[in-house]
Order: sequence, then C-alpha cells, then structure tokens
Amino acid sequence: MNAVPSELATYNFAYLDEQTKRMIRRTILKAIAIPGYQVPFASREMPMPYGWGTGGVQVTAAILGPEDVLKVIDQGADDTTNAVSIRAFFQKVANVAVTTKTREATIIQTRHRIPEEKLTAGQTLVYQVPIPEPLRFLEPRETETRKMHALEEYGLMHVKLYEDIARNGHIATTYSYPVKVEGRYVMSPSPTPKFDNPKMHMSEALQLFGAGREKRIYALPPFTDVVSLDFEDHPFEVQKFERPCALCGAENVYLDEVVLDDRGGRMFVCSDTDHCEDRRDHGHCGTMLAYGKAAAE
Amino acid sequence: MYVAVKGGEAAIANAHRLLADRRRGDRSLPSITIEQIVAQLGLAVDRVMAEASLYDRAIAALAIRQSRGDMIEAIFILRAYRTTLPRFGYSVPVETSRMLVERRVSATYKDLPGGQLLGPTFDYTHRLLDPSLLRDEQVEEPLQRDGEQEPVMRVSDILAGEGLVEGDGELPAGHVPGDLTREPLEFPMARDLRLQALARGDEGFLLSLAYSTQRGYGNNHPFVGEVRMGEVEVELDLPELGFAVSLGRIQVTECQMITQFKGSVKSPPQFTRGYGLVFGQNERKAMSMSLVDRALRTDEFEEDVVSPAQDEEFVISHSDNVQATGFVEHLKLPHYVDFQAELDLMRRMRREHDERSREEPGDDTLEAAQ
Repeated sequence: MNAVPSELATYNFAYLDEQTKRMIRRTILKAIAIPGYQVPFASREMPMPYGWGTGGVQVTAAILGPEDVLKVIDQGADDTTNAVSIRAFFQKVANVAVTTKTREATIIQTRHRIPEEKLTAGQTLVYQVPIPEPLRFLEPRETETRKMHALEEYGLMHVKLYEDIARNGHIATTYSYPVKVEGRYVMSPSPTPKFDNPKMHMSEALQLFGAGREKRIYALPPFTDVVSLDFEDHPFEVQKFERPCALCGAENVYLDEVVLDDRGGRMFVCSDTDHCEDRRDHGHCGTMLAYGKAAAE
Repeated sequence: MYVAVKGGEAAIANAHRLLADRRRGDRSLPSITIEQIVAQLGLAVDRVMAEASLYDRAIAALAIRQSRGDMIEAIFILRAYRTTLPRFGYSVPVETSRMLVERRVSATYKDLPGGQLLGPTFDYTHRLLDPSLLRDEQVEEPLQRDGEQEPVMRVSDILAGEGLVEGDGELPAGHVPGDLTREPLEFPMARDLRLQALARGDEGFLLSLAYSTQRGYGNNHPFVGEVRMGEVEVELDLPELGFAVSLGRIQVTECQMITQFKGSVKSPPQFTRGYGLVFGQNERKAMSMSLVDRALRTDEFEEDVVSPAQDEEFVISHSDNVQATGFVEHLKLPHYVDFQAELDLMRRMRREHDERSREEPGDDTLEAAQ
C-alpha cells in the first residue's frame, strides 16, 4: 500500500503546466486567426467545478504573465463570491497583482458583463462561457451544428428570431443575443445581456472566450466587426432603463434591481460596481445616496 | 443596505472554516484514518479511483475523507490532481487473460476451464442488518488454496474457437489509441475513446442506461460471457531497453457481455460483444459499461439508433459526473444580470398583453352573444 505523500504537488506558475499552456495558446492563436470560430481544445480538469469559469480560468492561466494586473468580475461586480474566489486563486497560484479598476487591469476575466468603461488597446477581456454554441438550443447535436457553421447555414437562427417577432411583436432574447462576426460566423457572446453587445463591435481590446466543459475557445481580435442579428424592419436595440443609477446617477449603463422591502420598494444601481464607485469618487451622486447621506446626518 | 454587499472574501473564508468543522465532526471521537478508509471502505475507494481515472488508493481515500464521503466531490478532487501530473509514457495493453483471478463467473457455461470462482461477492448474502457489526467484531481469516497454474482462459476465446463470436477486432494500421484527457472530444468517436469515456463515466448514469436496454430501449439479448476481477500486470515499453518492464500490479474488473447478432450484408450471424473494464472491484460498473458499449456500436452492425443508450452524442456528452455536477450546480451562482434582462422583458410583455386584452374585450362579448 502506498503511503500518502506529505507533499502532494507543487503547482506551476498560474497552476497549469507549460505543455498545457502551450496547447491553449496555440488554440487561442487559431481562434484569433478565425474570429468567431469555435476551436476545440483539450480542456483540463481545474480545481473549481465545470460551469464555474473553468474555461475562462484556463484562458487566463495560459496568457497570464508575472507583470499582468488582473481584474475578475461576475455580474459586473468585483465582490461577488465567485469573482472573489477566482481572483484569490490567481493570487495564490500566480502571485499576480490584482485590481478592481477597469483601466488599471491588463487582463479582465468576466462572467455575464462587459465593463461600462471603454476598454483600450493592450487590454484582454476573458469571458467565461457556459454554452459556446449559439445554435445549441435550436439543434442539440454537435455533429449537426458544426456542419451548419461550415456551410454558413444560419437560416434556423433567423427563423427563431422571426418567430419571436411574429409571436411577441419583438425579439424575445435578452441575453446571449447572437452576433455575426466579420460577416461569417454566428457567435454566442456568452450570457451577457444584449445591452453589452455593441461594446464588442470594433473593440480596441482583445476578447477571448473560454468554455471549459464544452472544450471550446473562440476569439475576437481587436477591431473586429461584430453585428447583432436583426431584421431591417426590426433593428437590434438594447435595453433602456427609465431612471439613472440610484447611487451614482449614471445614465445609459446597465442597472441591477435591488429589492428594498416587502412592500414593493425597489432601487436600481449600476451592475458595474467599479464604474459606480469611480463616479461617486468623482462627486456624482444618485437620489438614494443623497437620501442616505441626509439620513445619516 | 444601499451599497452592494461587500465581504465576499470573509464570507468564503468563514464558510470554509465551518465546512472543516462539519467534516471533522465530534472532536471527542478519533478521526478516521486514511488506512481505515482504504481497508474498510475499499469499494468506495475503488469507485473514486475508477471515475477519477487515477489508480492510487491512499490518495483516493484522502479525497473521500476530504469530501466527507461525497463520492462525486472526491472524484472531482482526484481528477483535478490527476490533470497536473506529468505523462512520461503509455503502458502496453494489460493482458487480462493472464490476470491473477480472485473472482470469475460465467453465465453462459455451467463449468469451464479455470472454473467458476465466486470470490468476495455480495451476490448470495442475505441483506439482513448484521448487529455484530455494531461492535468491533472478530472476523475469521479467509480460507485459501493454491492458485491455478494455468492462465484462466477467457470465455470469448472458447467461443472464438468455433468462430461464433466476433474477434477482439483489429485497429486500423497506424491507429494510435487516443487520450480523452489530452485531446478534445469529437463526434463520432472511435471505440477506443468511447471506452475511455465510459470507463470514467458515472456509475449511476451507465447503470440506468444499461438497464434501459434491458427494458426494450435498444435491447440486444445480452449474456454475461464472463466477469472477472483480480490483479493484472502493468508494463511500460522502455525504448532504451527494447522490451517492456513491469511497473507493478493493479486490480481491475472486466466484463465481456455476449450479445446476439443476426448478421448483416457484410458479416455472417454471430455473437457480438460489449466490453467493460474498470479499476478496482466494481462489477456493476463493468457490466453496465459493457452493455452500453455494445448498444453504442450501431455503426459497426448497421443498426438503427432508436433509443437513448444507442445515441453516442447523448450518452458520452452526459456521462461525466464531474462535468454534470459542475454545470447543474453552477445554477446557484448569481445570474441576476441575465435575470434583470428577463424581468424587463417579462414586464414589457405583460404590459403589452394587458393592453391587448383591454382593447379586445368587445370581440369576446360579441362572440358570446352569437
């Protein structure tokens, strides 16, 4: 019987071994070369569960260097538990500098949001992707969907969107809203609200998408043409909020609804917590913050 | 209240501390040792090793202890460790016909060369609670006799003598067996990769699929040609030496399921086979695997895919419990950004619906009047 080794393992910089990193980097290069195309890769088991960002974590681990500054967000916030957990993971295994400031980060790993602040050249946005296949809920078989992509056969998706309009008068997809990349591949933006879709278009930053469980990586190189699918008479439009953020007064940003009491009280605040804090630091003030301050005084 | 909740970090640390406390339980009791888990919960250890694809009893036992006995969690911990281990080579195929057999039964013959060996099995126990196990009971030493001198012949070899069963099959020339853990999955799969996926697939999932084939969803009239369990030698080819050297022995369970086949344009009527092989002692898994393996070979035998167990993409894509548990359980992560988008849409659709029904009540009353 073999005894339990006292030292089980020492992990490489950023957890993954160098061979695995090389394999992932090659995949990323291929993905960048064919924007929007899902490149299969030999995804590894990671020390966090599938569905919790293993794809994004592998991409980040493969591109992370000691000089990088990492930001991790989930639902737009730096302090949601899974974002905290992933940030702590990279601090532990790569001892890398971390930040909550969008503009200070060189790599931003995200789940479900794109930061409000415009990303700039040199930054990389890494998306955690649960289902990379935009056609999956129309056709469950991988063998079929790969064929459809190869033949550029996207009629099914347009029929789905058309049926939405016929039934509801408008397209009833609010997140994971499909986009067409460089006029070729239909791509899932991951479950970000469609509010964020326009930010992907012609972005200065490199955008990488990692799906660990489904073993796919895809990419949008900087300045890529990304168009949300729509019809001439039903053009794509993003969600609009009726009021500004209650804390920082920002308009034209994505808001979270916070339930205040059991009598229907609601407030709407920035989903992007860094953006909201930054605005408040610069003296912007929403209605609820003013109210809170007044109450405190 | 009005500021988004901070303190995720402290909350996680405290949760882990509480988890460690619950894992340890009552401090007045001695903690369970790794050796005790290996020795007394051996089948749990075997299952974890099999589905983690890592043969190491002590580390599997550690994972079981760390996971408080949650098997899938233990498998997951072990997989995440396995994936970091360097590969220095691939062993030569293990030769199960030279197994040191501890158990071997065949349902297709009353007696056969090598005999029927029951070994350590629950099969003929009566499932009555045993009060003596409430205490530290005395257990008799097992009876032992000298092993067989001759290798125990495989049942498939007996049938092969008459040409009534398909052979072991030849790999196409130049075919290098794939490695599921190093290459991305692609469908349709070759059988070597499919068997790898089944070998690490969830026992419960494969059991249910195998069961479904027996109840008419893809039936192929199976017989247990043979189930055998024991130790096999693992050998590695060393290029410097020019021959294979033994790395040691591992315990495995193998099942050869014999199934009917009426023949096709290409091949004469003959028995076909489903194959199951797992680490440790786990007959349920080996048998389920062999039934599902056979069910999935529709291409080779020109059979129609009519039931779930025959559908390769369905079976293989959903057989991995580490993937499945991760994705199902990720639903408890926050999704409020997407939910907000849906909420917004739902309110809009409700508003439109209400407006429509306010505009159209006249139609209803008119119809009612007619």
